[in-house]
Amino acid sequence: MSDIANALRDLKEDEVKKLVDQRLAAGDTPVSLLAELNQGMVAVGELFSEKKYFISQLIFSAEILKNVMAKLEPLLQAGPQTESKGKVVIGTVKGDIHDIGKNIVAALLKGAGFEVIDLGVDVPGEKFIQAVKDSGAKVLGMSALLNFTYPEMKTVVESLAAAGLRDTVKVMIGGAPCNEQVRAFTGADYYAADAVAGVNICQQIYA
Amino acid sequence: MLIIGEKINSTLKATAKAVAARDEAALVDLAQRQVAAGAGMLDVNCGTVEAAQEPEVMQWMVRLVQGAVDAPLCIDSANPAALAAGLEVHQGKAMVNSISGESERYRKVLPLLREHGASVIALGMDDNGIPGDGEKAYAVGARLVEDLVRDGLALDDIYFDPLVRSVATSPGAALETLDLMRRLGQKFPGLHFASGLSNVSYGVPERRHLNRAYVVLSMGAGLDAVIMDPFDQVMVQLILAGEVLLEKDRWCLRYIEAFNQGRLSA
Repeated sequence: MSDIANALRDLKEDEVKKLVDQRLAAGDTPVSLLAELNQGMVAVGELFSEKKYFISQLIFSAEILKNVMAKLEPLLQAGPQTESKGKVVIGTVKGDIHDIGKNIVAALLKGAGFEVIDLGVDVPGEKFIQAVKDSGAKVLGMSALLNFTYPEMKTVVESLAAAGLRDTVKVMIGGAPCNEQVRAFTGADYYAADAVAGVNICQQIYA
Repeated sequence: MLIIGEKINSTLKATAKAVAARDEAALVDLAQRQVAAGAGMLDVNCGTVEAAQEPEVMQWMVRLVQGAVDAPLCIDSANPAALAAGLEVHQGKAMVNSISGESERYRKVLPLLREHGASVIALGMDDNGIPGDGEKAYAVGARLVEDLVRDGLALDDIYFDPLVRSVATSPGAALETLDLMRRLGQKFPGLHFASGLSNVSYGVPERRHLNRAYVVLSMGAGLDAVIMDPFDQVMVQLILAGEVLLEKDRWCLRYIEAFNQGRLSA
């Protein structure tokens, strides 16, 4: 892992800020920094799931990231304006309010040039369907941290089919507990093991 | 909370023996164990040696302790010559214990603080002794802090000691002290407060419980430094917990660190 990722994993807020400033000054792109920050967040998540970190540390890591993002986001938008690589609808499914992972994916997607329609958290199925219909997005990303929300993901996928949209949109799921079994259960097309994988999947779909 | 370890004080029998014998190993051990237990600063006092020797012994102790631990010291003496000697060899920013509103003491200690850029424990008393009631204590305290600031000290370098009395003899002593800290803290935002624990519980059995409750309550009123026995693990744990509750330790980072070091269990 990079020094930025390590500093974020170790919750050294000042160190993270300093390194980000240094690397921006040295000409690194905000997108590459986001990828490193994501590694740090993944490492924090692992420490949390191993019970080596506590919930306050998990939340603190998100606060550090949020503060860094406040600096990076304007730079991402101010970057060379290329044509949108495509639209992605994204949100945390109904019954779950975790948005750290979803926000990282959204930030990375924006950084990679996608137009992101972020529906927020606790998003009911019909809102996902409506957004896909209105935007014509080819990718729908659903996020969940709580495993009891898998049926909700499955319901959304089925509703897409009922609305006649299943062939026009690829469904990607993500969130710490998602794996191939969960993907198969929900009927999604892809699962993203981490935020960077999620961006790669979107790039494949729009290639 | 700045925990100032009180163990290197020659009024304690074991320390007096070590000082008299110039037992370096014993003092180094005492210094290292206090820092490991959570002390961020160590008080150094050799007031029981002969007055003429005190400056020299103080210098020996300051060098010895600073060679053993990476912590600043609180140079503690009633003798300005010993304070001066200790400050002369101290590395980094020292604290002086103590100055007060007593004119003689004020006049002799103040120049040492300015010369060495030291912080100081300021005892809330003057030539009339320890104030007898809350109003007087506030007036004496406010004047002392104003004098120190006027004479060039930064508020951030002043640790006001409200001189709590024993609740055994003065039932309202702790309440008055809490009130005094709140009022002075409002008048002088940024002023620090330090307290010792030898008085509040004097004359009461199982004093440690009273001392612990006093520290926790005082933290809520602004206490941010305490001269104490860092081997009182429960006290250290309560301080860590209190800092979380008072948002002095956001996200419980120091509390969790202490947990990871195994310092929260016993």
